[in-house]
Amino acid sequence: MALDTQKKRDFKIIGTRVPRPDGIDKVTGKAAYGADISAPGMLHGRILRSPHAHARIKSIDVSAAAKAEGVKAIVTAADFATPDDDGMIDIRDNCLALEKVLYDGHAVAAVAATSKAAAKAAIRLIKVDYEILPHVTDVDEAMKPDAPVVQEGRALENVPVGMSQNVTTHVEFGHGDLDAGFAKADKIVERTFKTAATHQGYIEPQACMANLGVDGRGELWCCTQGQYMVRANCAEILGIEASQLRVTSSEIGGGFGGKTTTFIEPVALALSRKSGKPVKIVMTREDVFRATGPTVSTSMDVKIGMTNDGQITAAKAELRYQGGAFPNGTVEFGAQAAFAAYDLEAVQTLGWSVMTNRPKEVAYRAPGAPTAIYAVESVVDELCQELNLDPLDVRLKNAARKGTLSAYGPTFNEIGLVATLEAAKAHPHYAAPLGPNQGRGLSCGFWFNFGGNTCVSLNLNGDGTVGVVEGNPDIGGSRASISMMAAEELGIPYDKVRTVIADTTSLGFNDVTDGSRVTFAVGLATIEAARASIKEMCSRVAKIWGIDEDAVFWEDGHVKPAGPNAGQHPPMSISEIAAITDETGGPIAGHHEVNADGAGVSFGVHLVDTEVDPETGATKILRYTIFQDAGKAVHPDYVEGQMQGGAVQGIGWALNEEYIYGEDGRLQNASLLDYRVPVASDLPSIETVILEIPNPGHPYGVRGVGETPIVPPLAAISNAVSRAAGVRMSELPMSPPRVLKAMSK
Amino acid sequence: MVRVKLWGSLRSLANDQEWVEVEASNFKELLDQLSQKHPALVPQIKRGVSLAVDGVIYRDAWFTQISDENEIVLMPYMVGG
Repeated sequence: MALDTQKKRDFKIIGTRVPRPDGIDKVTGKAAYGADISAPGMLHGRILRSPHAHARIKSIDVSAAAKAEGVKAIVTAADFATPDDDGMIDIRDNCLALEKVLYDGHAVAAVAATSKAAAKAAIRLIKVDYEILPHVTDVDEAMKPDAPVVQEGRALENVPVGMSQNVTTHVEFGHGDLDAGFAKADKIVERTFKTAATHQGYIEPQACMANLGVDGRGELWCCTQGQYMVRANCAEILGIEASQLRVTSSEIGGGFGGKTTTFIEPVALALSRKSGKPVKIVMTREDVFRATGPTVSTSMDVKIGMTNDGQITAAKAELRYQGGAFPNGTVEFGAQAAFAAYDLEAVQTLGWSVMTNRPKEVAYRAPGAPTAIYAVESVVDELCQELNLDPLDVRLKNAARKGTLSAYGPTFNEIGLVATLEAAKAHPHYAAPLGPNQGRGLSCGFWFNFGGNTCVSLNLNGDGTVGVVEGNPDIGGSRASISMMAAEELGIPYDKVRTVIADTTSLGFNDVTDGSRVTFAVGLATIEAARASIKEMCSRVAKIWGIDEDAVFWEDGHVKPAGPNAGQHPPMSISEIAAITDETGGPIAGHHEVNADGAGVSFGVHLVDTEVDPETGATKILRYTIFQDAGKAVHPDYVEGQMQGGAVQGIGWALNEEYIYGEDGRLQNASLLDYRVPVASDLPSIETVILEIPNPGHPYGVRGVGETPIVPPLAAISNAVSRAAGVRMSELPMSPPRVLKAMSK
Repeated sequence: MVRVKLWGSLRSLANDQEWVEVEASNFKELLDQLSQKHPALVPQIKRGVSLAVDGVIYRDAWFTQISDENEIVLMPYMVGG
């Protein structure tokens, strides 16, 4: 997408805090989420899951279950088709295990019955004969040559021969002479880090309602980050044509990347096809923990050299990410992001993807980046402590800026890192005094952002109001921001625009809501769609006035004559134009289809104060301030919400959240009682500072803001805890027992 | 002729070169030429790559124009959460 050619403008709606269009529905319970959809004659689906971490399925006997009262259909992997693509086969095999169960909670079979109770009772009657196999759940253990093999033959061509078959991907990034760089250092710190797998923690469990006939025509309602992705996955897994499956996304109670794939939807469709009835499946919280994707767990080595005055001379990281029982590429992004905040002469990052007997990893905001940057920023902070240097000054001294050769390859254009660091340094938080057992930490964060495939239709209604149709579930306020951009471009009030989310038959393909892409890419397409409708309105009014099209222009919701030579014509409003579309050529609509690029990378800096109780090891977050480049903040409330939400999720990741596996390979804490996410009483007021460095790739300067805020918290909090506790922490989460143990050494 | 920078783990698949030269005026021609001159890169190209042109990252844009004036860097295919 070309840069905007319009001159710099003064926004009237962009940057204001208009009411959110979904607010009343959500606080009154009117909003329909995945589990809220029902249909006449609907059956209830229930899924049988493996109690074993790794086992071969010798047989599945459904005869008793099939005879149970109320049971209408039972499906196994045998009811699925065979997609062509390896990645899609993995998604299929994760929905229902084919020959082996690969983790505790892996789906094996499913039942549809006339009630939830009947379905629950029936799955207990399914007899699965397992041959239990050795398992492995730890990334370092899984890399050993003699480790149990999760899947055979999955390594890519880039994995050196002789490694465990669990190692599926190897990546390397960097430039410069590391040996020479480290030789120039006055101080070198090398440390190993480990981080636990954490779940995205969305409040709404996956839920769907499917209605698929034997003729292959069907409907699916589900909570998802991408209805087109669901359609594609289900069509391939069920062996039906995409055109015959209409997928409608419900309101979504959080996703954070975790709803960018399918788990229950193909199963519900298969049950519906077999029973001839609509089938609803709602995951339990236990199912969500055991069988939907958490993020990776990691083991990482970082080595950084620095001169006495704070110049980084060389940096190296080796990242080992386990992503569950299927290959994944998350380490590629961790490896690219690890040193993105720094201008380095010599840098190298190595990455390894590893399979274990855990659930298939799914994206979690800025996938791969938070853990890698946690390790890097921890070592930078330790060097600052060892050399008695100010950690902000050191980051400013080494900060990536325009012209920096990035650690992942390209040379940076305009980026906002220095501005965010300077804002942090100037903020009163950075100079505020600390008390006993308190520490201050900071970290830089980075994410790529992207645009992607996007379609938007903009329709002029007869009364001069406007409807916008877009194809991405509203996960972070996009209906408001898209309406604002349409209103801004058209020069009409915000409340004259309503944006709705299309089902898969009502609009062309849209990528999933991910990559911090929607406000950027859908906004861009909306602006272009508005411009197309403006062009049409100008054309029609010019014809009415009997003058050339270029003798009129659009301003503040009106077509106006361009000058005295155009004649004396009173401006025509959008309402007046809309009222006569029958006579001027028919309905007026604008649309735009694009695979948007130019999203622009994003940087943020987090500053946090913590207090560590020396008797219990418990950490309290005292103060938290976020500085982030948002390009142009379309709706500052939502931008601040993204920043605060990322920080809160990061606080959970840093202090408490963790998948805990027993020796038997089973998940020990599959409930919100035992897997502790932060609650309001754990948190201080989180202050936000939005910096606006326009992204030249968007007409209004917008850049994605949704993922970067989860990147810095892990390191910022670890650095604060390390300084408060007087001991360098190197494992997440920093739960009270772990902190106490570190302090006692 | 444009120069394309390969990320570290691709270099062993292209005669240990960090930079490779191909005759291409857009992203698609670049992928075609890379596949032809360095067949070992084909599996990765099929899995997906992004292209950074003067620092701007493109995911699938075949017709993105490139020339010897541009800094061109091959990157893994971008995903998000």
